[in-house]
Amino acid sequence: MSQGRTLTFNIFRFDPQQPGDKPKMVSYQLDETPGMTVFIALNRLREEQDSSLQFDFVCRAGICGSCAMVINGMPTLACRTLTSKFSDATITLMPLPGFELIGDLSVNTGKFMREIAERLKLWLHPRGDGQDIHVLEAPMDPEEAARLYELERCVECGVCVSACATKQMRETFVGAVGLMKIARFELDSRDARSVDDFYHVIGNQDGVFGCMTLLGCQDNCPKDLPHMQQIAYLRRKMSATLVSC
Amino acid sequence: MKIIYTDSLVVGAGLAGLRVAIASKERGLDTLVLSLIPAKRSHSAAAQGGMQASLGNTVKGMGDNEDVHFQDTVKGSDWGCDQQVARMFAHCAPKAVRELANWGVPWTRVTQGPRQVVVNAEKVTIEEAEAAHGLINARDFGGTKKWRTCYTADGTGHSLLYAVDNKAISMGIPVHERMEALKIIHDGKRCHGVIARCLITGELRAYIAKSTTIATGGYGRIYEVSTNAIICEGIGQAMALETGVATLGNMEAVQFHPTAIVPVGILTTEGCRGDGGLLRDVDGHRFMPDYEPDKKELASRDVVSRRMTEHMRKGKGVDSPYGPHLWLDITLLGREHIETNLREVQEICEYFLGIDPAVDWIPVRPTQHYSMGGIRTDATGESPQLKGLFSVGEAACWDMHGFNRLGGNSLAETVVAGMIIGKYVADFGENNDLVVDTRLVEQAMGELSTEIDALIDGHGTESPYILKQEMQRIMMDYVGIFRNGPELDKAVEGLKALLERSRNLIVKNKKRHANPELVEALRVRRMIKVALTVACGAAARTESRGAHAREDFPQRNDRDWLKRTLCCWPDANALEPEIHYEDLDVMQMELPPGYRGYGIDNTIPHPDTATREAEIAVKLAELGENADRYTQQQALMPFELPQELMPKNERLIDKLSAQVGEKNS
Repeated sequence: MSQGRTLTFNIFRFDPQQPGDKPKMVSYQLDETPGMTVFIALNRLREEQDSSLQFDFVCRAGICGSCAMVINGMPTLACRTLTSKFSDATITLMPLPGFELIGDLSVNTGKFMREIAERLKLWLHPRGDGQDIHVLEAPMDPEEAARLYELERCVECGVCVSACATKQMRETFVGAVGLMKIARFELDSRDARSVDDFYHVIGNQDGVFGCMTLLGCQDNCPKDLPHMQQIAYLRRKMSATLVSC
Repeated sequence: MKIIYTDSLVVGAGLAGLRVAIASKERGLDTLVLSLIPAKRSHSAAAQGGMQASLGNTVKGMGDNEDVHFQDTVKGSDWGCDQQVARMFAHCAPKAVRELANWGVPWTRVTQGPRQVVVNAEKVTIEEAEAAHGLINARDFGGTKKWRTCYTADGTGHSLLYAVDNKAISMGIPVHERMEALKIIHDGKRCHGVIARCLITGELRAYIAKSTTIATGGYGRIYEVSTNAIICEGIGQAMALETGVATLGNMEAVQFHPTAIVPVGILTTEGCRGDGGLLRDVDGHRFMPDYEPDKKELASRDVVSRRMTEHMRKGKGVDSPYGPHLWLDITLLGREHIETNLREVQEICEYFLGIDPAVDWIPVRPTQHYSMGGIRTDATGESPQLKGLFSVGEAACWDMHGFNRLGGNSLAETVVAGMIIGKYVADFGENNDLVVDTRLVEQAMGELSTEIDALIDGHGTESPYILKQEMQRIMMDYVGIFRNGPELDKAVEGLKALLERSRNLIVKNKKRHANPELVEALRVRRMIKVALTVACGAAARTESRGAHAREDFPQRNDRDWLKRTLCCWPDANALEPEIHYEDLDVMQMELPPGYRGYGIDNTIPHPDTATREAEIAVKLAELGENADRYTQQQALMPFELPQELMPKNERLIDKLSAQVGEKNS
């Protein structure tokens, strides 16, 4: 591997709470170590060179979705990005666009995701009062359960939102993350909502009909979720409600 | 001074905390959750393999019930747990799984007919019943008699956390994100809430509540290498400790998971071995059957981790620049199984190791993973010392795990304890008034404010990053899988020196708003105190029990050590905690101490054990042969739960036998 290299990190710096501060790029040098990830590198930079550097990591294992940022032009999870992947030893780090900036590489994805969940009602709406928890559970088709899990693997990292041209132009667009979750509940036989109900939340320019099919979401999703297929599926479902009316 | 009032305050938005918040809100209490991060990023999401609940749907789980789950849990704890709590837990686990299905968790389901599985390195075909089709499936995990671990592929924690957070969102429960609780407001008898600092603006806020529930997870990050998320730093435990009255229980009980990848310490689930994966050494030899011929790779976690370490000490490890490791081989499970049931493991291997686990072996070694110890509570989740202070999940020592937790029992604890304790928290909220004592609030806020001023404007010289590294190094070197007196003494001395130095901290970054270095400084001195409770507890406990393995005291000593360690820190200027002990009463146990089934039985028995065994035999004989298992259990160790959780759990077997009964009549 590329042991012994000196890496150059060009990092976006801006503290919106600091009066007079302006966005700028700052360069840092760091000796590369075997197996180094952007997580390891950023922590070393903070501990050794600039203790004010802001970024977010939680699980550092590609599971929690906290650390998405734009690395050499592509939005992705920083914790599992190996520095050895970049042959020219220069790594440029920018915060995810499309979210409120907290500072440097830290953005408020949590606030965005909670708002989307409230707006689109992204929770199971059970049929009836739900099953008694003391008796045998209702059976579910094993294939359905497996398909649901596949759609549920989204970690709300925000990569699809930042990679979406529609979202950049239309603030209110729900993004692939919102559509994927709708697709997940639409598929769930336990959910009481009908296609009509879903049409009311995503059958418009802010929902499935706003998507320009550029598919930045599909190309960059760290969990390889089938965004293209699900958006197409929802569009057909939503169009069908119009025909049947 | 910014003060926010609520009925039920929950600190920590992982599964345990959210479940308590939901229980409070269900009763109409005003409920508020504080979290360092967005709720869905909590460490609960990292639990891969599953949660134990004795549903008994799969053919390999038939015959399972609360009794078997209880016994496995007690044995797993090396008799260090609270058996009443283990009973409450085992009884409610099936209810929690079913409740989560109602909330949207897509549990992996049983498919009727033949299915090929790997058991003991051989392909075996099992036949699932037609009646079980579509019911919740379970996989095998270590230290369990039955296949009991319910799962959604290997993203169980993720699915659970998302379902529970979605439920909380649907109920309108606010989560104040990026808020760090640092101080408990109390008067020595009653807890009134916390002082928290906003990680974005730096604002200090007082949150005043009837009940305060600490659900901040474990303290794994006092170790240099840990499978834990980087936020699992034990600040919840430290807050409780700094009250000077609340106690921490069994802090020396720290679990090392057998299979974290080398060098970064990211976990690969126990499901790898549960589904048939093997451990191999430098020669490719499968060594676990040599040590544990019965349970092999699926012995309890503490046992497997010790055997792996022993084997590496014999020179059978694979050398690497990061020290020796062993191999986890899941290639025999086949690509299809890995790509559906172990896909998080596959991703981790791909991104962090650049290998394909369907073809390559995975480099692993035992790594700090779980904190059995935590804030000591009674069976209702409340601190015995501070009224209104509750704790739940990994943050707590409710004590269903004793000295070793079974795989699949931690995810289960979060939602099961959350369900049970949530009801007790709600009871507390209904029966108590909000107490507002502005003098106490001002005092607590003033202390934190002074601490921050000193870190920014003081004359200290110590760097928080360096102190943290030194603490983590001490814990790695001297308070690991195998422990001994001289090394533990070194740890205690080293940590005491660090605690003194931590009074002389300074930060270079002088911002009072978002300032990661200040966050580190505020945490590190608290973490060192937590580390001291672990090291002092371990040094004092001169026996081996569960995950606490003393080379100089290899026997489990029930005669002298069937007791729970309690640490408190009454003198803020002291350099170490005060340690007390709480006896576990053998005469109250449903399952008196016995042989756990690993290695040689070298236990020094408790004098009451034989008496209690005889008493149990008499009680059972008095009930007669026709007494059902519920009657027997009640006779031996009655336990209490909130009324709504008392009903028996129905199982497939009950339904099937009822049908058979109908046919016969």
